[in-house]
Amino acid sequence: MPLPAPQTNVRVVTLTIDGQQLSAREEETVIEVCRENKIPIPSLCWMEGLSVVGACRLCVVEVDGGPRLQAACATRVREGMSVQTNSDRLQRYRRTLVELLFAERNHVCSVCVSNGHCELQWLAQTCGVDHVRMPYRNTGYSVDSSHEMFRVDHNRCVLCTRCVRVCDEIEGAHTWDVMGRGSGCQVVTDLAKPWGESDSCTSCGKCVQVCPTGALVKQGTSVGEMVKDQQFLSILARRRSHR
Amino acid sequence: MSPDGSKGRTKVTVATTWLDGCSGCHMSFLDMDERLVDLADQIDIVYSPFVDAKALPEQVDLGILEGSISNDEDLHKAREFRARCKLLLSLGDCAVNGNVPAMRNPFKLDDVIERSYRDNVDLNPQIPTDGVPQLLATVRPVHGVVDVDIFVPGCPPQADAIHYVLTELIAGRTPDPGRVTRFGA
Repeated sequence: MPLPAPQTNVRVVTLTIDGQQLSAREEETVIEVCRENKIPIPSLCWMEGLSVVGACRLCVVEVDGGPRLQAACATRVREGMSVQTNSDRLQRYRRTLVELLFAERNHVCSVCVSNGHCELQWLAQTCGVDHVRMPYRNTGYSVDSSHEMFRVDHNRCVLCTRCVRVCDEIEGAHTWDVMGRGSGCQVVTDLAKPWGESDSCTSCGKCVQVCPTGALVKQGTSVGEMVKDQQFLSILARRRSHR
Repeated sequence: MSPDGSKGRTKVTVATTWLDGCSGCHMSFLDMDERLVDLADQIDIVYSPFVDAKALPEQVDLGILEGSISNDEDLHKAREFRARCKLLLSLGDCAVNGNVPAMRNPFKLDDVIERSYRDNVDLNPQIPTDGVPQLLATVRPVHGVVDVDIFVPGCPPQADAIHYVLTELIAGRTPDPGRVTRFGA
């Protein structure tokens, strides 16, 4: 949903996406135009109402037939630009990206609290991942259940950093951040203190709601019981944009 | 996969077995209920936990494997199925991605065995060695050890999904299981 623009002199550009002629406001990104026009592009780190990091690369598109792929979430529309969102090459790359996420940590859907309500699981199905071609890393990560209401299972984390951004940008607490590099990278609370001992956490639960997988969940949920509600984010973000 | 037309109506031969899993996928197969009667006209189950045959025939049209590769017997069976089946199908999440059996992988095998047979046992703890297959250090999906042609994820795949895949194969078409099932379904 577009943010309401207060100024009246909005400049409009026209562009082509998958052969469709479309018009958009010049400050919009390609993924926003695609979402408005029901053109499906998979995404994981992008979320309406949060800042853009362009980390997951699932929303890559081809622009003007060039060889360099661009993240639709981090690419502004331009007059006359031509975008391809679903070529064979893009489908191949997206499938590989999702497979790598599955190979990296433990994403056993059948025993996950988010089974049936998980964006990664849904992405696997829509990107045609019926098996993972690369060997699994089989590395164990920690689970922190110290918070009285929530739990973080790093085995399920895809490092999309939605939790980090929602906590900083919407709640204003900045409890979450990112630590380490490569396979040792993980989200942390308050300089890697146990979540339950965090001084900055307000227990608002926004991080849990925006988490796409079963990494951040409510305590006491069993397999398939963790249903998330992300409605609040676009409402809050739009109200704040008026201030 | 279509029956050989030259000899009239030849049935498609199917072999199934379970490796390291819970046999739930085979139960889901049975959940096809009355549709099994129609299927029985078109397929001949030549080797399976469902039937009495003790040996896998030399040549089979379709092999269906449930479960992951967790011990040396699983490995042997998977290789035998691959060698003798024209088409090999991984049925269910354990076969497709290792699933629950593979959750022991982050731990050392010795620690897993100690935990199961000594740490949690009150009376006469012992590690079984006679007549049981040797566990492998790493649990792998079936396609981690042999080539697999068709993947049907799900824990277990619904009977409708299995029915769709089988009827497509019998009709000589290539099924798209992603339409009807997914990881953890």
